[in-house]
Amino acid sequence: MKKAETEMYSHNLRTTVFCVLVSIAVLGCGPKQTSTGDTQGASATGGEISIKGSDTMVHVVTAWADAFMKKRSDIKISVTGGGSGTGVAALLNGTTDVCASSRDLSEEEKKAGESQGLKLSVTIVARDALSIVVHPSNPVNELTLEQIERIYTGAITNWSEVGGANESIVVTSRESSSGTYMFFLEHVLRKKDYTQNALLLPATSAIVQSVSDSSSAIGYVGLGYVHEAGAKLKSVGVKATPDAPAVMPTTETVLSGAYSISRPLLLVVAKEATGPVKDFLDFCVSDEGQAIVEESGYVKVQ
Amino acid sequence: MSFRQIQERSVKYVLAGAASTSIVIVALIFLFLFREALPFAKDPGLGALVGSRWMPKSFQGAGYGLLPLITGSALVTVLATLIAIPFGVCGAVYIAEVAGPREREILKPFIELVAAIPSVVLGFFGLIVLAPIIKSAFGLMSGMTALTGAVLLALMAVPTIISISEDAIRSVPRAYKEASLALGANRIQTIFKVVVPAAMSGIIASIMLGMGRVVGETMAVIMVTGNAAKVTLSPFEPVRTMTATIAAEMGEVPFGTAHYRALFWIGIALLIATFFINLVALRVLKSYRRA
Amino acid sequence: MGTLKERAAFIGLRIITYVLVSIVGYIILDIVVRGAGVISWSFLTTYPNPDGTGGIFPAIVGTFYLVMGTILVALPLGMASAVYLTEYAKQGLLTNQIRLAIVTLAGVPSIVFGLFGLGLFVLFLDFGTSVLAGSLTLACMILPTIIVSSEEALRAVPQSLREASLALGATKWETIRKSVLPYAIPGMMTGSILGVGRAAGETAPILLTVAAFFLPQLPRSIFDQAMALPYHLYVLATQFPNAEAVRPTQYGTALVLLLLVLGLNIGAIMVRMHFRKRNRW
Repeated sequence: MKKAETEMYSHNLRTTVFCVLVSIAVLGCGPKQTSTGDTQGASATGGEISIKGSDTMVHVVTAWADAFMKKRSDIKISVTGGGSGTGVAALLNGTTDVCASSRDLSEEEKKAGESQGLKLSVTIVARDALSIVVHPSNPVNELTLEQIERIYTGAITNWSEVGGANESIVVTSRESSSGTYMFFLEHVLRKKDYTQNALLLPATSAIVQSVSDSSSAIGYVGLGYVHEAGAKLKSVGVKATPDAPAVMPTTETVLSGAYSISRPLLLVVAKEATGPVKDFLDFCVSDEGQAIVEESGYVKVQ
Repeated sequence: MSFRQIQERSVKYVLAGAASTSIVIVALIFLFLFREALPFAKDPGLGALVGSRWMPKSFQGAGYGLLPLITGSALVTVLATLIAIPFGVCGAVYIAEVAGPREREILKPFIELVAAIPSVVLGFFGLIVLAPIIKSAFGLMSGMTALTGAVLLALMAVPTIISISEDAIRSVPRAYKEASLALGANRIQTIFKVVVPAAMSGIIASIMLGMGRVVGETMAVIMVTGNAAKVTLSPFEPVRTMTATIAAEMGEVPFGTAHYRALFWIGIALLIATFFINLVALRVLKSYRRA
Repeated sequence: MGTLKERAAFIGLRIITYVLVSIVGYIILDIVVRGAGVISWSFLTTYPNPDGTGGIFPAIVGTFYLVMGTILVALPLGMASAVYLTEYAKQGLLTNQIRLAIVTLAGVPSIVFGLFGLGLFVLFLDFGTSVLAGSLTLACMILPTIIVSSEEALRAVPQSLREASLALGATKWETIRKSVLPYAIPGMMTGSILGVGRAAGETAPILLTVAAFFLPQLPRSIFDQAMALPYHLYVLATQFPNAEAVRPTQYGTALVLLLLVLGLNIGAIMVRMHFRKRNRW
């Protein structure tokens, strides 16, 4: 063993240890200062807005944020998902300025806000309509709300029961963590449980793929996604009652209220919006903001 | 006491302290899983975990029955193990006994490299490529099945099985082989009647360690098994595993609710299951190494 | 020698082995071929678009931060543990407990580490979902890897080196520092690189402790959320409805992640081979 070699190694070792220590010092001390500045910067009066909430809305909110920051270079907007519930909780805890929610606030959430002296204010910024989709080769063209409910709760399991081929139905749904799952559960299934046979897929894209791959599948996806999927999917008309006319999901029928499976998308703030936050909310409902809504596959508010 | 002695002693204590962090971390894992999970025992009570209805978001009364998740995990694990065993054991025998030295030097690191492929990459491949193959190969309505997940997980278990089995096979004393060959047995008889039985406990341990890895795997299964929470034993049905349930639902569950705590109970069940599988595997491995 | 039956059996074994190898090869090839065209300077250095197309810069940076943080915590701890276990520890209750703990840690499923990180770092210590919480969680996860391989490296240093040093009057710590560690460091590095590879590729723990679904900006402190390559791939693969448009980005991200992790592993193997050749006693 050579001495020079040992020395070289121990020198290397010393250098390594030194580097590690310096890095710890840098990482350990530096961030603390930035982080205190950070929490203050997150308040609505500063040049930064944080938006947190619904995963459904992340895309459209990010698109708004992008466009808005291009106009107002003095403002920085950060967007994170996590779900409507997470967003509302963050709003109540004061860790976000704006909450994006794909459902109305629950009574408990409203109460929790009041008890903390917050004035929760809700702006409807877009509407999301769900299309019921099947494989293009499926002969079924319309379903009543009740039939959809019975398919999703497992009471109807074969397409022949609703005028289709003699094939068992593959039911696809979003994951239970999704706001869409809850909306569908509450308004279409009328609070009855989903069938345990339902495939719970992590996202709309997986539903699109499953339905376009399988002649016997049924799924629900946002209106905008149907356009993107093109001829791979077929939307079915929805009849409110067996005697009512079938309504196809379109911007017009959603706006007029004729198409029933739709929900509002909301931005919620904890106090009277002022300054940059107000400017941002105004931007979202402006013509320019609403054009982004349509590009993102949702239905504009007016 | 001289400065040197003080230095020596303090170094020892600092190192012992560092080494003890592993114990602290294990203790903290148990502590914090139970800390978040325990209030569930009061409301709605541990009895709620027994049952075949996992329906945490429901207007009909939430269902926290773990049975479909446990059968889901068990089904995928057993299938994956069944698929992995022939590949793993045959691969190990081939690398240890048949392959030439240069072939072995390429094959073994390559197989071990497979263990390093991130599971999310495998899941992605499964979603895009494997699921459609499984769907058309078996004429199914959907490619999102327990089998699809099991095939991916088998790939993750195989490197573990090969690596440890190969070591076990190669450490069978030469004398065994020579004796067998001298008695007139041919090489294949020697391999399967003498060498493999002698290495059997090592092979079994490797299979169990592979299973331990499979049970705890999350990303590959969440992307391809369809995640339907129902009790089934068919490989062609969708299943929801315990790991996938935690990963899919923890993101949006409000903290402190019964649902949130139920997910921590799943974590505890997983921890205990893998702990015992690994413990038994290591016992087997140890006893065989001593022998 | 070499009856027909024997031949057939050997060929059967070879076929099974090479079927396995080709399946793995196919997976890697599929990702390399379909991802290679996507990777460009701008893919690596620009921000993602809201629709899932665009670059992956913040995910690369996020993964880099996470890995650095993980190493800063796990490396000193792991190396110190290994030195204690090989050089100081005597058979006893504490040593047995430490060994049991390491084995247990090595077997804990990654999603359970995520739950633990969520319970301890994110909620109890109130770090929030952040780079810090994620790094600490990942550090706990790779600690056993680093300890075990560092121990191996230390054991490979011949006892005679220690004896020579002690005989010359060096203390134990001096012996370790000057005569043992310099020769064990390369081996320890190997283990650390393997650990880093695992930390870089894991998704489940960071899902619950760091990950931002979509955050087109870099973390400004260790208390910020961050994007990371594996989670970004998961999001790209599952959350975007326009599958065809996002497919190239998916493959590009998968390839970057694969190259990163396999590169680290191959690097570790090369380091090991290099020093094995050098340190022949």
